[in-house]
Amino acid sequence: MSDEVQVTVTVNGRRREARLEPRRLLVDYLRHDLGLTGAHIGCEQGVCGACTVLLDGRTARSCLHFAVAVDGSDIRTVEDLADLDELHPIQEMFHQKHALQCGFCTPGFLLTTVELLERTADPDEAAIREALMNNVCRCTGYANIVDAVAEAAVELRRRSPT
Amino acid sequence: MKPAPFSFVAPESLDEVVSALAEHGDDARILAGGQSLVPLMNLRLARPEVLVSINRCHELDYIRRADDRLVVGALVRQIDAETSPLVRAECPLLAAALPHVGLPATRNRGTVCGSLAHCDPLAELPAVALALEAELVLTSAAGERRVPAHDFFVTDMTTCIEPGEVVSAVAFSRQDPSERSALHEVSNGGHAFPVGGVALRWASADGVCTMARIAAFGVGSVAQRLVDAENALVGSDLGSEAIAAAVAAARAAVNPTGDIHADADYRRHLVGVLLERGLLEGEAP
Ligand SMILES: Cc1cc2nc3c(=O)[nH]c(=O)nc-3n(C[C@@H](O)[C@H](O)[C@H](O)COP(=O)(O)OP(=O)(O)OC[C@H]3O[C@@H](n4cnc5c(N)ncnc54)[C@H](O)[C@@H]3O)c2cc1C
Ligand code: FES
Ligand code: FES
Repeated sequence: MSDEVQVTVTVNGRRREARLEPRRLLVDYLRHDLGLTGAHIGCEQGVCGACTVLLDGRTARSCLHFAVAVDGSDIRTVEDLADLDELHPIQEMFHQKHALQCGFCTPGFLLTTVELLERTADPDEAAIREALMNNVCRCTGYANIVDAVAEAAVELRRRSPT
Repeated sequence: MKPAPFSFVAPESLDEVVSALAEHGDDARILAGGQSLVPLMNLRLARPEVLVSINRCHELDYIRRADDRLVVGALVRQIDAETSPLVRAECPLLAAALPHVGLPATRNRGTVCGSLAHCDPLAELPAVALALEAELVLTSAAGERRVPAHDFFVTDMTTCIEPGEVVSAVAFSRQDPSERSALHEVSNGGHAFPVGGVALRWASADGVCTMARIAAFGVGSVAQRLVDAENALVGSDLGSEAIAAAVAAARAAVNPTGDIHADADYRRHLVGVLLERGLLEGEAP
């Protein structure tokens, strides 16, 4: 029963190998085995989005995946966004627009924003709000988060005009 | 909470999936997108002994036409069906329904067939399968059987899947380009699961309704075809009298229960409102 299983994944560009119990959740593997504590655990049932990561480029709840079931995948966490001392433009806009208070939800919102802006360079407010359905915030009331995402879109377009 | 221990296999072909299911019988459970199963396991409401993941079975990741059907394999994620030009062209009702299923992140991983197999009474896709007269393809070591949607969904989280069987695909009827279709639902502020909804498609020629398929979800223990409401429309001019008759028939047919999100009377009323809305908005494109 429940023999350990070999897993190889790429996390933030680095290849990682492990032998894991099948029931090890991806979020626990990231937090406890790799020390990447940016993915937070809020509800552990898929509702809050605090544990959001990018799984093969798409947002996913890391509390709803067994690490063994994503063998071979490419995973990005919030730790991959900032460049040494410089914040990612999306992080910078969350900072400027006061899009966080306690910050517990923020890693999830940031990764949802990465996915949105990779798919849609110039989203309207409805598209922003639709994407942000992924995540729950108990502090901000969302208005500043919507503003930050819109400003981040402007900033990213300014940096890489198409 | 964390899930109870289990053992895990991730076969790379459908043949290997069915042999793993045959080997483990009742103890085995399919893992598709995990968006319904893993929450239940985290809460220890589900404690499968063996998980058989289909996530490596790339042969099940296809959407294709076959005669009058659009066939969606078991590994097709909801997001990929939602953005598929083939789904939009052949089954606009399915394309209209998918944006309502959960959240962007759950659609990135959850599968079309997984939602049907899970058979949540609040889920949109079982109603879509009924309205599109879908057939479920059930594969086991003994072979394959095709089950019409109306026999497949039994009750709350219960289908006719036998131990040893996997839903390898679902085959929806292709919609005629002249058809209209719509899905309407109501949910409580930002909450993904609806309190109730209606999926419908219909056609008319020379001002007379020639075909109607209506299914409701969230208003009973399982998604339900509303045949009396369909009959009230077919042969009519789809005018206000016919719509009123269909609305009354829909309300009479459903048997909703109340919960924290809505009481039974509200849900019964809602099914009529959403049916009328679908018919009227569809009529004025
Ligand atoms: C926050 C949140 C909100 C959601 N909101 C909605 C919503 O509004 N509407 C909605 O419909 N759903 C909703 N869902 C559930 C939806 O996201 C799931 O994707 C879907 O219900 C199950 O699909 P899955 O591929 O994830 O299946 P899994 O979770 O992997 O499996 C679900 C069940 O089906 C069985 N199963 C799966 N695939 C097969 C197969 N091919 N053959 C046999 N058995 C199979 C499994 O053994 C399991 O019992 C929500 C989920 C979450 C976490
Ligand atoms: S902890 Fe994963 S969604 Fe809440
Ligand atoms: S900032 Fe506190 S939960 Fe969002």
